Amino acid sequence: MKASAFSYARASSVVDALDLLARHGDQAKVLSGGQSLMPALNLRLSAPELLVDIGAIEELRGISVANGVLTIGALTRHVDILRSAEIARHAPLLTDAIAHVAHPAIRNRGTFGGSLAHADPASELPACALALDAVILVRSRDGERRIQAADFFTGIYETLLAPDELLVAVEVPVAKPNAVHFFHEYARRKGDYAIVGLAASGILDGDVFTGLRLGYFAVGDKPMLAMASDHLTGRPVTTSMLADAQTALDAEFDPQEDQQATAGMRRYLARQLMARCVSTLLGRQDLETRALA
Amino acid sequence: MTDLVPISLTVNGERVSAEVLPRLNLADFLRDQLGLTGTHVGCEHGVCGACTVRVNGDIVRACLLLAVQTESASVQTIEGLSDSGEVSDLQAAFRDRNALQCGYCTPGMLMAAQDILIHEPDADREQIREHLSGNYCRCTGYHAIVDAVEATARARSEQAR
Amino acid sequence: MNGASGKKSGLSVLDRPNSYIGKTVPRPNLDRLLQGRGQYVSDMVLPRMAHAVFLRSPYAHAKILKIDATTARAMPGVIAVVTGAELAKVITPWVGVLSHLKGLKSAPQHAIAIDRACWQGEAVAAVIATSRALAEDAAEAVAVDYEELVPVTDMRTALDPDAPVIHADLGDNLAFERTLDAGAVDQAFKDSDEVVEAEFVFGRHTGVTLEPRAVLADWNSGEERLTVYLGTQAPHMVQNIAALHLGLDEAQVRVVCKDVGGSFGIKVHIYADEMATLALSKLLRRPIKFVADRVESFNTDIHARDHVCKARIGVSKNGIINAFEIDDVTGIGPYSMYPRTSAIEANQVVNLVGGPYTTQNYRARTRVVFQNKNVTCQYRGVGHPIACSITEGLVDLAAQRIGMDPIEIRRRNLIRDDAYPCGSPSGLKFEALSHHASLDKLAAMMNYDALRAEQAKLRKQGIYRGIGIGSFIEVTNPSAAFYGVGGARISSQDGVAVRLDATGRVICQTSITEQGQGSESLTAQIVGSVLGVSMERVRVILGDTDNTPYGGGTWASRGAGIGGEAALQAAKVLRKNILDVAAAILQAGPGDLDIVDNAVVNVDGGQQRIELHELARIVYFRPDTLPPGFQPELMATRHFVPREYPFAFTNGVQASWLEVDPQTGFIKLLKHWVVEDCGTLINPQLVDEQIRGGVVQGLGAALYEHCIYDERGQLTNANMADYLVPMSGEMPDIDVGHVVSPTLESELGAKGAGEAGTAAAAAVVTNAVNDALAPFNVTITEIPLTPRVVLTALGRI
Repeated sequence: MKASAFSYARASSVVDALDLLARHGDQAKVLSGGQSLMPALNLRLSAPELLVDIGAIEELRGISVANGVLTIGALTRHVDILRSAEIARHAPLLTDAIAHVAHPAIRNRGTFGGSLAHADPASELPACALALDAVILVRSRDGERRIQAADFFTGIYETLLAPDELLVAVEVPVAKPNAVHFFHEYARRKGDYAIVGLAASGILDGDVFTGLRLGYFAVGDKPMLAMASDHLTGRPVTTSMLADAQTALDAEFDPQEDQQATAGMRRYLARQLMARCVSTLLGRQDLETRALA
Repeated sequence: MTDLVPISLTVNGERVSAEVLPRLNLADFLRDQLGLTGTHVGCEHGVCGACTVRVNGDIVRACLLLAVQTESASVQTIEGLSDSGEVSDLQAAFRDRNALQCGYCTPGMLMAAQDILIHEPDADREQIREHLSGNYCRCTGYHAIVDAVEATARARSEQAR
Repeated sequence: MNGASGKKSGLSVLDRPNSYIGKTVPRPNLDRLLQGRGQYVSDMVLPRMAHAVFLRSPYAHAKILKIDATTARAMPGVIAVVTGAELAKVITPWVGVLSHLKGLKSAPQHAIAIDRACWQGEAVAAVIATSRALAEDAAEAVAVDYEELVPVTDMRTALDPDAPVIHADLGDNLAFERTLDAGAVDQAFKDSDEVVEAEFVFGRHTGVTLEPRAVLADWNSGEERLTVYLGTQAPHMVQNIAALHLGLDEAQVRVVCKDVGGSFGIKVHIYADEMATLALSKLLRRPIKFVADRVESFNTDIHARDHVCKARIGVSKNGIINAFEIDDVTGIGPYSMYPRTSAIEANQVVNLVGGPYTTQNYRARTRVVFQNKNVTCQYRGVGHPIACSITEGLVDLAAQRIGMDPIEIRRRNLIRDDAYPCGSPSGLKFEALSHHASLDKLAAMMNYDALRAEQAKLRKQGIYRGIGIGSFIEVTNPSAAFYGVGGARISSQDGVAVRLDATGRVICQTSITEQGQGSESLTAQIVGSVLGVSMERVRVILGDTDNTPYGGGTWASRGAGIGGEAALQAAKVLRKNILDVAAAILQAGPGDLDIVDNAVVNVDGGQQRIELHELARIVYFRPDTLPPGFQPELMATRHFVPREYPFAFTNGVQASWLEVDPQTGFIKLLKHWVVEDCGTLINPQLVDEQIRGGVVQGLGAALYEHCIYDERGQLTNANMADYLVPMSGEMPDIDVGHVVSPTLESELGAKGAGEAGTAAAAAVVTNAVNDALAPFNVTITEIPLTPRVVLTALGRI
């Protein structure tokens, strides 16, 4: 499977990249890590006229912390996130999640910005962005926009990113002292796309969740922040509250049926994940779903 | 038809200048234009690991990289790692343990194995299995490969002491 | 141990000093592969070589009304666009039937489809260009008008009276049917205290060799000779078929096979697109290379094991099994594959069910039906995995029904180790097997009692682990009974030529082939042992019809048993010839001399008399110094074919230890064991590694692998992200042990081992899952055991 012919331009700066995107519109595709784009090109599922390679734009690299905000450059590779001390300290959910993304050779190229812009509903990082209440920074020739993660993902491989826009960075509020996080996905093999997954971030005061963001992935056409978390916050969690939350969760999803699972199975697994998340964060065996050996 | 793009890079320590079509991926560039056929093609969608090479010290899938993206990069293939002797102990362990049968996955597997030996020299069997979980082998069932990597890790750590 | 013709005359290779037999030595020539310096077909380049891309039908069943290649032909780099009708002038069609499979029928198949495409992925045109990429560009521009036809995609209804018939001339979609009725089955079921029934469902799957199929065909019009570079397991078979269908003499065809990136049976067959590539080379008078990409591989590499089987077992309260009965259906493709047929797998299932057990009451029916899906044929283990899953699944169900331990029920029913020679109700002849010794060894290796205790303890904590056991027999070293008797020109014999060269090194040419299992090593080990020459001085040449004796190649686990014996016999002759020369040079009796460590030595005392390189120098350059009239001969050829037993059966037993999470349906494999009796072990490590690789393929079938077709006959998961193969993270360590019952048919005593791992792996995983879930009262007899299957069985979704 060889890709169709295309032209190639290596952008030297963000301005340069935006210029190319403005001129070529939807005939151009941004080449970041290429770990999702290249398979699509090789399989001829995608045939753009121009690839705009942003890999040389230094401005898009780097992880920094200032004023309670962790800023992650779009070209930050998955492996950089895995190894980053700042992220381990200020957004440890990402550190946990990244270990589930593909394999080392993919993580050495794949980028945070690329993963969010690609918006595969089964991928980990968009759900993490939801759970962390991230803000996605997007630039065009007309200026910069700040988009809440909760608004950014609109469908399968669809985001609010316009063809002439570039995702330049992601801002994540740094973890507060009593922050907790949970990540788990059900996947057949290490590195596979999840059948269902959950990226969760919250605040635990004693045995009460005062905040809980449940970012589900592989449950529909985009990652979903479950409203059912409302049933779990504000007072100590009981089995009955958990059951109510799980029932509410069922109604929120419209999962796809595919080779891995029926819609019913996805709802079922999503409920299991909720129980696992809550029991793990609270250290409550009675709420537990037992893990494998 | 699109225009050829000139690139200049280092491959196994050797300076290479070439003119390539943008759509030419690194695996095909290495194999077809440089005659370095040790990098194998198994799927062309980044899943099987047969095409694993090193770019600027990082293992990557050569089928998911365009040749034009390697401008000024340092690329290392299995031929380079063999000739420099960097993995001679690992290769010997593979040979003694019969951690290869048909040999098709082997170059990529050696790349991935060397990567874990560098980054996690104290890896246990489970960690070795996890690190190699992106490299498909149909012949060995992996047990012998894990044995060979584990043996090499132990030998290197003993040498280090 | 009782035996066949029993006697061994003269030298036994097992007695030789410094014998390599039974030694784990590293395979020679691995450095090449370790350095990435192997030569696979896809690596090869020839002058003026062009690339073929096949335009493939997007429909499972469709008339091809019109092909318009005008635009394509004008595109950059395009040399030709060739249709099936055009290619038919150069290559004739074939029919995949053999006469010993009575009633097997199939329609003629062309290299490129003419008028009608019968599976999604069948080639309808070829585009040849100066690069694969340019050929793919042009293929997109070829306009094909199709008229969709109703596809046959459900084997359960393919024989219904109102089902569409794929080939009208054949009358119906039944390719082959076989029935067997042995003993007194109805009475046996009547006499049984319990009769257990189940329907076993198997997911169609495929080999997924890491190197996709690749062929480089080089028709040299000056020499009028075709050289075919192909990673085939059977070069002489390919030579015969290429010559036959291209209108050539076999002498005009040379098949060369260097390194192969995995085969497992996938590359023992000849494919329509490969035949097309040969024909295109002849048509276009230049080398043509075709390398399947991964998507094509999924759509066109043979699939296998697509079965639904209703089965029953009758058992008495004391654990004695009284009868087996099966009614099997298998869905193949629209054509029976050529030349080995797509009926062999089903035929083997009928042959093998119940094989390890004493009962002589067995009734079976199998029906092989055509479908508009990819073609199927022999893949590692062939019918064994199906037969074993059915048999061992039934035995476990019987044990459960009467409340007996799975090992105990097997102890009461496996054929006794001293009962040989004997036969099965399906007509199989067993020379000498070791079911009980193997089972005992397995139980000890896995510490069965300790695992049962651990299982019980963990169950109280809500952790569900299971043990699955499975005995099996395995066909190896097949005689002409497999293919030859049916009219196939597939050789069941193999030959080895050995010679001492002018520097005292040994060169062997063997007709078996290497795909990584160690054919080169076993040949060098045997020859080195018999000749008394160190392995480093033995060079093995294989995979070249111009440069090896005529033979069958490596398949059906025959390389060691048949090719190894030929190597042994040839080396014995060469040894004698060398000693005759030495005796002449040294004025000694040949019986006083031996060859040890590359030199001729005295039998008494062992002193070196003359080194082989010196002997060779005299023979090749100074024969004037030899006694008058003496003609030295430093080359010998011997062939070997099994004559007494149609197959050399091996036996073994496997066990799986795993954990099932009933909340999620996920299964974690914890450990696997195999005890295998394959007779004489030439290189224990290589045998063990063959077993491990085979086991993991079986584990893949048990948990992951499935070619998923929709009702329109579209293969929906033809890529490596959606078709799941076993990767290192999920596979267990595999312990292997052996019992040794050599065959007396050969001096070497080696049976085959290549497929044993695959035979029982899925069976024991399924048994273990059912064992783990016994507290929930579920029984699953379907693979792959996906979380969806498990959760459904548990009633959780």
